[in-house]
Amino acid sequence: MTTLPSSASSVRSGDGSSPILSVEDLFVEFRTRENLVNAVNGISYTVSAGETLAILGESGSGKSVSAQAIMGILDMPPARIPNGEIWFEGRNLLTLPAEEQRKIRGPGISMIFQDALSSLNPVYSVGYQIGEMFRAHGGLSKKDAKQRAVELMDRVRIPAAAQRVNDYPHQFSGGMRQRVMIAMAIALDPRILIADEPTTALDVTVQAQVMDLLKDLQRETGMGLVLITHDLGVVNEVADNVAVMYAGRIVERGTVDEVFTKPGHPYTEGLLNSVPQVEAKGGRLQPITGQPPNLSRIPSGCPFHPRCPRRRLGAEALPGRDCAGDRPPLRLVVPGREAACHYSEEVLGV
Amino acid sequence: MRVSCVLTEEGSLGRYIARRLLLTVPVLLGASFLIFAMVYALPGDPIRALAGDRPLSAAVMAQLREDFNLDDPLWLQYVKYVGDLFQGDFGTDFRGRPVLDTILLRLPVTAKLAAVAIAFEILIGVIAGVLAGIRRNGFFDNVVLVSTTVIVSIPILVLAFISQYVFGLQLGLFPIAGTTEGLYSYLLPGLVLASGSLAYVARLTRTSIAENMRADYVRTARAKGLPNKTVIVRHTLRNSLIPVVTFIGADIGTLMGGAIVTETIFNLPGIGRSVFDSVRAQEGAVVVGIVTLMVLFFIFFNLVVDVLYAVLDPRIRYD
Repeated sequence: MTTLPSSASSVRSGDGSSPILSVEDLFVEFRTRENLVNAVNGISYTVSAGETLAILGESGSGKSVSAQAIMGILDMPPARIPNGEIWFEGRNLLTLPAEEQRKIRGPGISMIFQDALSSLNPVYSVGYQIGEMFRAHGGLSKKDAKQRAVELMDRVRIPAAAQRVNDYPHQFSGGMRQRVMIAMAIALDPRILIADEPTTALDVTVQAQVMDLLKDLQRETGMGLVLITHDLGVVNEVADNVAVMYAGRIVERGTVDEVFTKPGHPYTEGLLNSVPQVEAKGGRLQPITGQPPNLSRIPSGCPFHPRCPRRRLGAEALPGRDCAGDRPPLRLVVPGREAACHYSEEVLGV
Repeated sequence: MRVSCVLTEEGSLGRYIARRLLLTVPVLLGASFLIFAMVYALPGDPIRALAGDRPLSAAVMAQLREDFNLDDPLWLQYVKYVGDLFQGDFGTDFRGRPVLDTILLRLPVTAKLAAVAIAFEILIGVIAGVLAGIRRNGFFDNVVLVSTTVIVSIPILVLAFISQYVFGLQLGLFPIAGTTEGLYSYLLPGLVLASGSLAYVARLTRTSIAENMRADYVRTARAKGLPNKTVIVRHTLRNSLIPVVTFIGADIGTLMGGAIVTETIFNLPGIGRSVFDSVRAQEGAVVVGIVTLMVLFFIFFNLVVDVLYAVLDPRIRYD
């Protein structure tokens, strides 16, 4: 795990320091004419300064939607937040007036997206788009904002920043574009940076460079990083803690080292078995059978039970712990580890 | 055509424009020949039509036929016409008046009419489209949807008579015909001329806005904490208006054709009215001259649109 500079090291992850961002029992649903999609179903997590929390899950598990709810950029309607609290520096973002919320986006919490090409406006130069942060939040002049944009492009290691500041997004390579996104996101030194699949659209070597950059920036600024990804390799390399999401719920949470060596939920176990391991050369990969659940018809009981190899139904189940009938709560299984499985102890082997 | 070279390299854009201008020569020749041939193919004898009921002596008729090259074969007539054209001579009509004089006299009327029409397209079409696009499926959106459908489905001819009857005759708001009240007399014909394109502009703007509101970069703009006004104006409107601007540019040329009907119904002495009268009188030189001019305008505004496109959207560069 990372070593942090003096100020941030006192609030290192998982040591009980007060978090900057705290999500409590958040629900998000999408109402369409035909049905109700329950995208996020009561998730809670916290992020402290300097901490990297990875949110891991398949597409459709609600990880991006929950991030957009935090940012306040969900389209409402069709989205609705029927319940939950999002605390940032002592204020509940969900009850804050829209204008106050807007002022937090950028200097407080900022976000980078998966596809930098479509996430940058094609008709404005990158310098203009980075500079906008200073003009909207700091009231800087156009000229000063551009100067700051050059500095930021230098900081995210874009070569020849001064010459490239007037170039347009399509004139950059994929990796450089993502750096532009990062420059924009860190422009105002946010306390929390949410990175939504920041490297998914990049090739592997560029992926590593971008992740290194993010880690370096985090070390310099002590910001909390929420890393949304489906890539176990990325999680393993950079995250301190991981929250595994399935069907809009967190099904397991703990430190990356512990969760990845000893998963406590059959879904996490399945994920780990479905990616190649260097140690287990020659073994066969075991994919998780079945399909991710339809979020407008989430299975009863444990949402994972139709795909779970360890499920216990009817007479096999312990009283009150029928996988198809009783929904397992996210509970502390062993110190530092939470899992939402009736039989987590068996999975862990304790 | 699409190469990632920058606009600041003036050379490439200049070369592009030069090549496009060069291409207009064959287009103009082809178009004018077609028009020439069609006028030639019209039934009837223009000299007899000119004479009307008064009988002309055979000698006078022969002289007139000679003056206007009417006994030459089609291709020779055309070559003679183009030859004169290159010397700046548009020819004369059968009354001996130079066609160029007619054009210069009547062009301002058509230009004003087209300007009023374009103004309506931008003012009403774009604003209605933006409002409808921002609040999709809202009340205003439905009003726009219904009214544009109605307008598009009524022929301009019918629309012109209805508006004359309702706004001119019944309500007395606008003059029915003529240009006696200055720019004010252009409002009603301008609106009628614009109607079809106006409805299309509204639809196009609405769709474009609605599409762009869902774009990833608009989501980014929100995530940056930009004020709502900035998100809409800078990050949604500008991108959405690119196809609209290009359509309106190209439409200036198209309006010329619509002007033939509108100017005739509203009795405006523009070049459209001239074409209508000249076709009926078989004034070949006038028809060909004006229609060739319209083709030239059309080509010119299309070129302007293509250059404008590159200015508005940096992803498009010409080489």
